[in-house]
Amino acid sequence: MRPHDILMLDAAGLFCKPGGFHIDPVRPVNRAIVTHGHSDHARPGHGAVLATPETLDIMRLRYGNDFAGSVQAISYGQEIKLGDVSIVLHPAGHVLGSAQIAVTHGGVRIVASGDYKDVCDPTCAPFEVVPCDVFITEATFGLPVFLHGDPASEVGKLLASVALFPERAHLVGAYSLGKTQRVIALLREAGYDAPIYLHGAMDKVTRYYQSRGIALGDLRPVRGMKKADLAGAVTLAPPSATTDLWTRRFPDPVRAFASGWMRVRARARQRGIELPLVISDHADWTGLTRIIAATGAGEIWVTHGQEDALVRWCMTKGLVARPLALVGYGDEDGEGDTVGFSGGESNS
Amino acid sequence: MNRFAELLDRLAYEPGRNNKLRLITAYFRDTPDPDRGYALAALTGALSFKHAKAGLVRDLIAARVDPVLFALSYDYVGDLSETAALMWPTSSLAEGAMDDHHDSSPPPTLTNVVTTLRTLGKAELPAQLARWLDELDETGRWALLKLVTGAMRIGISARLAKTAAAALGGKDVHDVELIWPGLAPPYLDLFAWLEGRGERPVNRIPAPFRPVMLAHAIDDADFARLDAADFIAEWKWDGIRVQAVSGCDEHGNIATRLYSRTGEDITHSFPDLLPSLRREGSSEGRLNDSRKPFGAFRQQTFAIDGELLVVRDGRVQSFNVLQQRLNRKAVTSRLMKEFPIHLRAYDLLEDGDNDLRELPFEDRRRRLVDFIAALDDPRIDLSPRVAFATWGELAAARADPAAAGAGADADAIEGIMLKRCDASYLPGRPKGLWWKWKRDPRIIDAVLMYAQRGHGRRSSYYSDYTFGVWTAGEEGEQLVPVGKAYFGFTDEELVRIDRFVRRNTTESFGPVRHVLHEPDRGLVLEIAFEGLQRSARHKSGVAMRFPRINRLRWDKPPREADRLETLERMLTSEAAKSTGAGA
Ligand SMILES: [Zn+2]
Repeated sequence: MRPHDILMLDAAGLFCKPGGFHIDPVRPVNRAIVTHGHSDHARPGHGAVLATPETLDIMRLRYGNDFAGSVQAISYGQEIKLGDVSIVLHPAGHVLGSAQIAVTHGGVRIVASGDYKDVCDPTCAPFEVVPCDVFITEATFGLPVFLHGDPASEVGKLLASVALFPERAHLVGAYSLGKTQRVIALLREAGYDAPIYLHGAMDKVTRYYQSRGIALGDLRPVRGMKKADLAGAVTLAPPSATTDLWTRRFPDPVRAFASGWMRVRARARQRGIELPLVISDHADWTGLTRIIAATGAGEIWVTHGQEDALVRWCMTKGLVARPLALVGYGDEDGEGDTVGFSGGESNS
Repeated sequence: MNRFAELLDRLAYEPGRNNKLRLITAYFRDTPDPDRGYALAALTGALSFKHAKAGLVRDLIAARVDPVLFALSYDYVGDLSETAALMWPTSSLAEGAMDDHHDSSPPPTLTNVVTTLRTLGKAELPAQLARWLDELDETGRWALLKLVTGAMRIGISARLAKTAAAALGGKDVHDVELIWPGLAPPYLDLFAWLEGRGERPVNRIPAPFRPVMLAHAIDDADFARLDAADFIAEWKWDGIRVQAVSGCDEHGNIATRLYSRTGEDITHSFPDLLPSLRREGSSEGRLNDSRKPFGAFRQQTFAIDGELLVVRDGRVQSFNVLQQRLNRKAVTSRLMKEFPIHLRAYDLLEDGDNDLRELPFEDRRRRLVDFIAALDDPRIDLSPRVAFATWGELAAARADPAAAGAGADADAIEGIMLKRCDASYLPGRPKGLWWKWKRDPRIIDAVLMYAQRGHGRRSSYYSDYTFGVWTAGEEGEQLVPVGKAYFGFTDEELVRIDRFVRRNTTESFGPVRHVLHEPDRGLVLEIAFEGLQRSARHKSGVAMRFPRINRLRWDKPPREADRLETLERMLTSEAAKSTGAGA
């Protein structure tokens, strides 16, 4: 069995013909296996959705109860069969519930890793290396300049700024699902125990994280707060909100943004960010290359992001590599969570 | 070094002046001598390392990484030092490699870097830089490379850095600027004074720089609120704004200095002007003024605000000509002969130990007229007044300087300067006192042909545009490139052009994208520019000065863009205008 007879590209994305399912399809299909809850991977309107219980919960929060014809929850490590194809989900370390999908058929194993990272994150299960023949990797940060470093020191930068500018509000742009909760957890790990304020759009999903036993401390909605009371406080908001009229409710806000893109200065300046925080939920260059090697795969398929450099690296290591021209994943900012959760705030 | 790097990093993002000040002052407060002094030197541009060039950085990184990965990365990041800092291979890349730190040496301090580089030979530099890069973290590597290659560009003026230092002792920046020329890195005496531990340092520089006064651009709407009778108008000469200062040290030795508008000492680049700035025996009346002691010394003390120009056969040359005199490593006698330098005086700030800056401009101007007359040197003259009674008359003079008295020198005129008669000479850009009114730029419609990614802030956008105009070619009508524009558009327009470039790329050569440019498909750019000249280097035969995008003409089909003949006509009419006026 050749790998591309097991997984191939069609208009909806990656399709497993012998198993009759798509992985993270970008348009409605009969049966979809979804790696994680970010809106560019988890879309509504499929006949059946198979995913981890957390991913299904997150899709429900985002799209309502009838986001798919039927759903099937699969826990990490549990094997299911679709036709002759065996499927096992393994933790991807990206956000709560995120999974790599190991597809085995005719003695060939392909792992579609979705989005992943291989560093410690207290808000989700750690990445698991799954030995395979073909490894499908993302390349969001697939350039050697992307080294995310230690997130604790980035949070240290934020806290130092809060100390230097106690009369200013600190507004941290962060994606609602995953990044927000991770930044909060990192702040708590750094010993910051003051209340942290949240934009309405991230309230629901953050409460969901708390309901799954993830300790995030004292969280409060920013809505209804007096301007003066936000001085010296940390508020998290979706990236788009940190540059619009909504920010006028804050006293002289310091605009921060927690993202792997912040590693490149021009990207941060372009967005008018004053305090870039290099905190990413994707693997950096070191992570990507380390994981590719660790899977033992002889063939690498590179999906969304900076494919060229990663394909080049694979080839210099004697691996067969090809870019998969997948469209529809990751916006310009690569962390593609563009569809919010309801409960956003108006500009007025 | 890492601490200084953190400061630079944070400053590079912080837009607010007051917040920048807070950050720098906090750094000065928390950082011990002599590191903070060298930081002040770096921020005020007082350090330079002549051996470290961009090429060296390129060589260092090229020897360590895959060239293809480097090219892809550099194209993405858009900044050489930053790319090199990010890609620099370090042994402790993997997390948990903390044990390595026992073996490796601690990262260098800013003082280590500055003092080592001062004496380090060129041959030893690459290995030393590589050692430091191994020891520093990413931000440290970035800051080190920016520092040594002299490309800090973090939006900090020397004045802002001095203001931050002054704030450490609750002092005004003027107090620091007054004594600044006598200070040297690492400024131990300055910090001691600011922290109340020492005496105020004395400025022993005999010919100090005075902070320059600058003008605001005037809008049509401003004229309604201004009375023509309150103002004196002069030509705005298109040269280099300078301050020529002379003074005596305590031994009576005369010192003469030429400063740029930012206070940089550029005396060494213009040795041919120096004799003209010596007043020994130049004026009998002054020398005989023996009622005052040290009269001879006193008359050597002066400060002229003016413009450096190249004047050949009594005619002021355009900025293009002046530029050929600049940026030369060696000032040869041939260069000086071919590009004779001239000072055109605008203002007199000091005369014989009298600080004139508090006086109204009218009075300073009167003294300047006498001063220049007494100096009586062909290389130094007075910038003439432009006579006018109404704004209408002034507009006419601006539209045609040649006819309004500038004659053959009109090419070297950028516009009009308006100065309030009663204005004191104030440092910085005070509101409402000085205005500049530039000449109307020339405008043409051109077609976007090629695009390249920008650098720095714009590195992920196609923001450098090559544009062309139509001309008859062998195979019919064709576009010929006439210039490149990098600015003039808003951020929203940049996003739209970038999208257009990405969607309409016909070919890519390295970083350059060929953009669709056919008679009916393509993007028309309205280009404004300051001047035109013939150029053998350009295929089109013409070169533009300061081209910029004035407007995007999404509405206009490329076939309606301008033709090369239009530019050639502009060129001839400009030439005709100047020779005609000169006759
Ligand atoms: Zn994701």
